[in-house]
Amino acid sequence: MSINATLIGQMITFALLVWFTMKYIWPPLFDSLEERRKKIADGLAAAERGQEEILLAEKKAKGVLKQAKEQSTEIVGLAQKRANEIVEESKDTAKKEGERLILAAKAQIEQEIQQAKEGLRQQVADLALSAAEQILGAEIDKAKHQDIISKVSNQLG
Amino acid sequence: MASEVHAAEGATGYIIHHLTPLHVGEGFWTLNLDTLFISAVLGGLFVWFFKTAAEKATSGVPGLVQNFAEMLIEFVDTQVKDSFHGHSKLIAPLALTIFCWVFLWNFMDLFPVDIFPLIGSMMGIEYLRVVPSTDLNATFAMSISVFCLIIFYSIKIKGPWGFAKELMFQPFGPWLLPFNLLLKLVEEIAKPISLALRLFGNLYAGELIFILIALLPWYIQPVLSFPWAIFHILIITLQAFIFMVLTIVYLSMAHEDH
Repeated sequence: MSINATLIGQMITFALLVWFTMKYIWPPLFDSLEERRKKIADGLAAAERGQEEILLAEKKAKGVLKQAKEQSTEIVGLAQKRANEIVEESKDTAKKEGERLILAAKAQIEQEIQQAKEGLRQQVADLALSAAEQILGAEIDKAKHQDIISKVSNQLG
Repeated sequence: MASEVHAAEGATGYIIHHLTPLHVGEGFWTLNLDTLFISAVLGGLFVWFFKTAAEKATSGVPGLVQNFAEMLIEFVDTQVKDSFHGHSKLIAPLALTIFCWVFLWNFMDLFPVDIFPLIGSMMGIEYLRVVPSTDLNATFAMSISVFCLIIFYSIKIKGPWGFAKELMFQPFGPWLLPFNLLLKLVEEIAKPISLALRLFGNLYAGELIFILIALLPWYIQPVLSFPWAIFHILIITLQAFIFMVLTIVYLSMAHEDH
């Protein structure tokens, strides 16, 4: 229980331990702690930034959506206008077509009337001719009296 | 052997045997082999553990070993930052070494008092005192080293003249120079002595009580040694903590320029 040379030995051991701790133990462990602290701080900052970005993106998305809605309304309006135009156009076309058809029909009717008239004329001429034949007997030659017949048929027309 | 000495010399013999170090040499040149050996082993344990942690140190997700080491590092660093406001590469590692080493010394106190002497006696070692902090040499070695650092930093930071002025002219001004000098010298020398004796006293007394409990009949022993051991868990940590904090405080005082 007295102070002796052990003191010196212990001091040497202590000095060695402190030196070793100072040189090889404290710096790497402390650095890793600091580095992690920095990493965490960076991570938190990044998270915050991310949140801000999300807000920004949401705002942007809202804008884009609004624009899209406007555009779509515009497009729908245009389409309706165009549809109306097409309807109008087709109405026009139909009307014209109808008129054309009516005209054609009228022309055809006219033609048919002419044909019928022609036929009737022919038949009346033939009828008159045969009546005259019967009245005049064989005296009258069809070829000989062509002039008169055509005159009569012209009078019928 | 412990039990034989006990039988032969009674309780006093048993106690004296347990508190006698294994030593070689004469007079001042005596070496307490058990103190030297055990504290070196414990120091090695400390260094090995932290070196393992330091080698695997990563700033990513830490493992268990690194976690524990970092917990201690943070704890020590907080203590250092609380009372020391300069920049020093030495002081934090020093504090860590002191805390861990003293704690490990003190921890030897929690082993049953007869275990190591019994193992020692089997190997032919007659005396074995396993708690290095019950050796004045160990505690004084540490506190004197700290004292040397205090003096070194006082002179380094304040300059030789500044340090001398502080010793001579404070706290009562130049007219009471001898009185100042006496007061300051006592104050400075009291630092290592109080450091060493506080630790030694606590652990020596604690160990003595363990030994006394070991002298009682076996059926009483657990009733007493169990609460004492639990109480001692607090004491050993507290003593290591006090030694560390006072070292930091003394060194920060040495760094303060008035």
